Amino acid sequence: MRSACLMLVAVALMQAQTGKYGAGRPPTPQEVKALDISVPPSGEGLPEGSGTAVEGKEVYARRCQRCHGAEGKGGDEVALVGGSGTLNTPKPLKTVGSYWPYATTLFDYIHRAMPFKDPGSLTSNHVYAVTAYILQLNGIIRANEKMSAESLPKVKMPNRDGFIPDARPDTGKVKGTTKR
Amino acid sequence: MKKGSNRRKFLFSASLGAAMTGCRQGEKPAAEDEGPNRLGKPVSEYGDRSPHEKSKRLKPETKTPEAASTRTPLQDSYGILTPAALHFERHHSGVPAIDPARHQLLLHGLVDRPLVFGMDELKRLPSVSRIHFVECSGNGRSEWSAKGAPDAQRSQGLASCSEWTGVPLSLLLAEAGVQSSAKWLLAEGGDASKMSRSIPLQKANEDILVAYGQNGEALRPEQGYPLRLVVPGWEGNINVKWLRRIKVVDEPVMTKDETSKYTDLMADGKARIFTFVVDAKSLITYPSGGQKLAAKGFHEISGLAWSGRGKIERVEVSTDGGKSWVNARLEEPRHRMAFTRFRLPWTWDGSETVLVSRCTDESGYVQPDRAQLIEARGMNSDYHNNATKPWQVMADGSVKNA
Repeated sequence: MRSACLMLVAVALMQAQTGKYGAGRPPTPQEVKALDISVPPSGEGLPEGSGTAVEGKEVYARRCQRCHGAEGKGGDEVALVGGSGTLNTPKPLKTVGSYWPYATTLFDYIHRAMPFKDPGSLTSNHVYAVTAYILQLNGIIRANEKMSAESLPKVKMPNRDGFIPDARPDTGKVKGTTKR
Repeated sequence: MKKGSNRRKFLFSASLGAAMTGCRQGEKPAAEDEGPNRLGKPVSEYGDRSPHEKSKRLKPETKTPEAASTRTPLQDSYGILTPAALHFERHHSGVPAIDPARHQLLLHGLVDRPLVFGMDELKRLPSVSRIHFVECSGNGRSEWSAKGAPDAQRSQGLASCSEWTGVPLSLLLAEAGVQSSAKWLLAEGGDASKMSRSIPLQKANEDILVAYGQNGEALRPEQGYPLRLVVPGWEGNINVKWLRRIKVVDEPVMTKDETSKYTDLMADGKARIFTFVVDAKSLITYPSGGQKLAAKGFHEISGLAWSGRGKIERVEVSTDGGKSWVNARLEEPRHRMAFTRFRLPWTWDGSETVLVSRCTDESGYVQPDRAQLIEARGMNSDYHNNATKPWQVMADGSVKNA
């Protein structure tokens, strides 16, 4: 009887450790590190390294300019620079400078997805440098300001407070009459 | 088969540009292999549709077809399910090649037990099958302009509906043991853009599926093979395809696709963020733009309605440009956050008129018209245009955007 009770306790403990269906296996720390590339506004998870706009200008010219145009003014792809003061006009220009609320998003996205045809080919230093260059083109940081895990989350984007919660349903009242 | 449906098929193929002008059904000479006295083709392992059926997705002209979308030919659809091969596409960095034997889902972050699942392990778990639409929140973008799109496919083809089979995400989260500080999830794809979105944890506990099946078979590569999220009733982009990672977090990650894109700019320059829910929408698919009524007399008006807030409760149709409305018949069963087919008998008297539909969902929300949307949001919000779509029937039977 006593051993049966102990068995039950042991089974319960095992279930607590494995979940109801015992599905999946624990990842190795290396597996998590390889995949965990997302960078929230806190900057948590930003890698080591750093870069300045001066360094980024050279990387941009080689790896980004073909699609995004000289000085981020846009080419085949959307502009990365400009648009300040246009958001409440009939022709809003949404760029990193005029629209993006967090600088960390810039690092996160370049790191995970750019260049379009060769993602993952930039080093962390390159990504910091290109991030710095795009921020500098938008007049948000200075040319020699070093972007790193410490400094990037502290960059205040011009449109940081430009976002509001979803207010829908904002329509939905019936118009006209219905024959039943 | 219902009387008139052959004529309907003829009209559809005619509208698709088949070279049958001036040729009534039955008058076309038979092909050599056609007819009941010819030995037919042998059995096959994976079927194709009839060579007479030409309905297809609409591809855009673009230099980067890997970051583009195709549109479902809603005007040709029967019932509520979209064939997987015609389900709309939206990719940000192309369709990745993924070997399911090597594909894994990592679930980590604010959990007691981080876990990695292989495809075989996932498929062993308790699964469910559910019919849900997926709609890109950019669907209907052309309808912000006064001109609007000329046909159903160009106007609303970024919406499709499938039966999805998968494991409830809540089950996987329970396996990992979500910690009390958790409020959001980050879902990430294994495509070249590693497309990622933040999702409130509460939605995962309601109805999100980690899906591997679509319409009775494995997901198509362009629909996320071998694994994707299905987030019922929420904008398409958040239904992350090629799912490789879910991180449980305490605040949204603020990814590119939830800040610079998929946010709705209001007239005052402020933008709504995390606009997840798809508002109720309906669309007449027959008669619709680009089609032609062959003759006066009986035509069944038919269309699709859907809502991210649950079931469709009512679809009203006006055949006089919105002066009067009648309730259309809704096909049963009606599923939550799924296409609902509506039908209304109509006799066309041969005069010019405007047809339009308007739906109401189970929350009581009524589909607005374009003017109501613009009044509420201005002209810059891009996403979530669910305005009613009027079609003008001309005296010669042709149908165009009203």
